[in-house]
Amino acid sequence: MDLFQYDFMLRALVGALVIGLAAPALGIYLVQRRLALIGDGIGHVALTGVGAGLLLNRSPVLVAVLAATLGAIGIELVRSRGRTSGDLALALLFYGGIAGGVMLVGLSDASSAALNSYLFGSLTTTSPADLTTILVLGAAILVLMLALRPALFAVCHDEEYARVSGLPVRALNLLLAVTTAVTVTIAMRAVGVLLISALMVVPVATAQQVTRGFRSTMTAAMALGLFAAGAGIWVAATADTAPGASVVLLAIASFLVVALAAAGWRALRRRTSPAAAPAPEPHEVVLR
Amino acid sequence: MNAPVIQVTHAAVGYDGRPVLRDVSLTVTAGEVVAVLGANGSGKSTLIRAVLGLVPLSAGSVTLFGAPQRRFRQWHRIGYVPQRLGAGSGVPATVGEVVASGRLARRGVLRPAGRADREAVAAALRAVGLADRAGDPVATLSGGQQQRTLIARALAGEPELLVLDEPTAGVDAESQQAFAAALRGFLAGGGTVLLVAHELGPLRPLISRAVVVHEGGICHDGAVPEPAGHHAEPDHEHVHPHCDEEPAGLWSI
Repeated sequence: MDLFQYDFMLRALVGALVIGLAAPALGIYLVQRRLALIGDGIGHVALTGVGAGLLLNRSPVLVAVLAATLGAIGIELVRSRGRTSGDLALALLFYGGIAGGVMLVGLSDASSAALNSYLFGSLTTTSPADLTTILVLGAAILVLMLALRPALFAVCHDEEYARVSGLPVRALNLLLAVTTAVTVTIAMRAVGVLLISALMVVPVATAQQVTRGFRSTMTAAMALGLFAAGAGIWVAATADTAPGASVVLLAIASFLVVALAAAGWRALRRRTSPAAAPAPEPHEVVLR
Repeated sequence: MNAPVIQVTHAAVGYDGRPVLRDVSLTVTAGEVVAVLGANGSGKSTLIRAVLGLVPLSAGSVTLFGAPQRRFRQWHRIGYVPQRLGAGSGVPATVGEVVASGRLARRGVLRPAGRADREAVAAALRAVGLADRAGDPVATLSGGQQQRTLIARALAGEPELLVLDEPTAGVDAESQQAFAAALRGFLAGGGTVLLVAHELGPLRPLISRAVVVHEGGICHDGAVPEPAGHHAEPDHEHVHPHCDEEPAGLWSI
């Protein structure tokens, strides 16, 4: 049977592919900065936006973008001040966000199924208008993350050096924060607020098992994200499983396969070629 | 008389109300190689961080190339070498990628890398003797090689002034020699250097002036002081775990 003959399944597939490509392109900067779980936190805040949107009869996704952006800017301000109370402030924001969301959704006349669709995603109900939003915002995220890669890499790799280079560090940090919020909100349709971080982080974690550089890690992570999204939707369509959970489980399965294969490859090389053990440094000067 | 490159006037810096530098004045003119010496915790790293604007001044002023630091925008004229690679390295990066970020000050955020950028990166890697490691992940390099990567990153921007924070601390002899050679090349091109050091090692012949920082003030500005007492012994290890244990009169002035 071919479920992809249905428009709604096709829209789900295209939406998932765009998110699968864009989420790791942003996520690599968050991982490099050791902020891998920030997407989770911003997702929690976005849920309050969803609740407020449902309560006020406005578009939940648009209000969520607004709430997530404000939350992301708040988190960035706390981070850049670098105070020790930072993680406590983040915790308050995270739990406040999800509690506020659940409470506001409860106050509105939306069903608990509506809450579930935002918590765990509901790709198959993607409307043509939703798909346009995902395509436009996803393309914008991709273009920004690829075009600004040298500058964003410099800021995430060594922020003080970037400041002495005269880079607009604050603007780039805020750009990353806002882009994270936008990614979270469009990925909310696909995998839900509780699983968003997985798509940003797991493909990057998988790629860096085998890559040597930043650019190759980014390329491989985007390819892995694309694969997990495409294969996840195919599994969901054929086995009738939840699309978001299928995508995330496939991403984690690829991580396990790659990590095991890489570890096995290293062990094999160590056993077959004893010379591969600590190689001496190459000579600086060779006298002839 | 050469133009002043760095001018620090009556500068003071404090962290959380505790004064670290008080009333420090220092001028570095073009072509000089100035070493900032002093015990751990004397405030010597804070001095160069204040020059670069990484810590705010509580009093006094800093000018860079004649412009007040707050309004200084020509950051491509300065190459900064931090003490070690920043902690934010969860994702692998190659030596070439790290050195290439040294071109951003010159190129700007939006313009993609061109041929001049690639050539400058290759030349900087050659200058520190890491040309054959450009494709290797930075994390697989030794500490000395990582330090040389950071120096190459600063050189890649083709700066007029190099500011280095303890470039030779804990670095193997081979890397120290490679670093001294790279510095000689930079000076031959007419560069100016301000560096913080705990020990000078092979850099000693290159230094034109020494500034000694002691308890937040400058207590010596002139010729490079000779190590005194047991510090002068060739096998003395310059390891000082606590600044309190620093014997008085470390530098015989």
